[in-house]
Amino acid sequence: MDAMCVNEEEVKTPGWHNLKYLAFGVLFGIILIKSEVVSWFRIQEMFRLQSFHMFGVIGSAVVVGAISVFLIKKFKIKTINGETILLPNKTFNKGQIYGGLIFGFGWAMTGACPGPLFAQLGYGAAAVSVTILMATVGTWVYGKLREKLPH
Amino acid sequence: MFFKNEAAILLNADLVIELSTYGVNDTSGLIPADLFSWSSLGTLRGFVLMVLGGFLVGFGTRYAGGCTSGHAIMGLSNLQLPSLIATISFMAGGFIMANLILPYILSL
Repeated sequence: MDAMCVNEEEVKTPGWHNLKYLAFGVLFGIILIKSEVVSWFRIQEMFRLQSFHMFGVIGSAVVVGAISVFLIKKFKIKTINGETILLPNKTFNKGQIYGGLIFGFGWAMTGACPGPLFAQLGYGAAAVSVTILMATVGTWVYGKLREKLPH
Repeated sequence: MFFKNEAAILLNADLVIELSTYGVNDTSGLIPADLFSWSSLGTLRGFVLMVLGGFLVGFGTRYAGGCTSGHAIMGLSNLQLPSLIATISFMAGGFIMANLILPYILSL
């Protein structure tokens, strides 16, 4: 059920190699801001079909991602450390529907998904730290209730 | 400076009008200061949006096994049917909340 830690590195590398995650994170944050994905207003437009903007961003990302995945699989491209890239298939469970709807409610309310919440915080909206804290609480509560929830 | 998005985002005029009916007048910036701020946390509306909204994002993401990055971008790129189901659910939830429920929350 968990889509966690499937692509952990097996190869041992010096600690400072983790800076590559920092570099990509910074790049991602900058792109989120420049593409206006982190705008609460853009999200409201998306859900009211008042602008093509968000559909354009998400659509472009999926196209680029699909081409990338295709190339990785076709040419069996490895990581920079030479390890195989695993792209496991996901199995269906009802959590995707129930959890998806619940996430969607929160998405429209906060105007952000997890990534953009951090970008907003970095951009100066300090109060968003409360939203981030509550989202973290949400993941903990899920963990506690998991056994009892329909999947 | 390249890193900042200085230009005001050009928003749909209907949205701006609708938001003003809820007292959300400042549409500059990334998020409405009228709704998301330390002071709005003390209002029922701000509390619901930030506390309950945040909770739903975290709870829902884990329950669904991913969010827009994991399912909508990566999952669809990898042609995963579960991710398509998840993405459709995300959008359904968002559409329902934004069009049917948010008007009430924003009027609190």
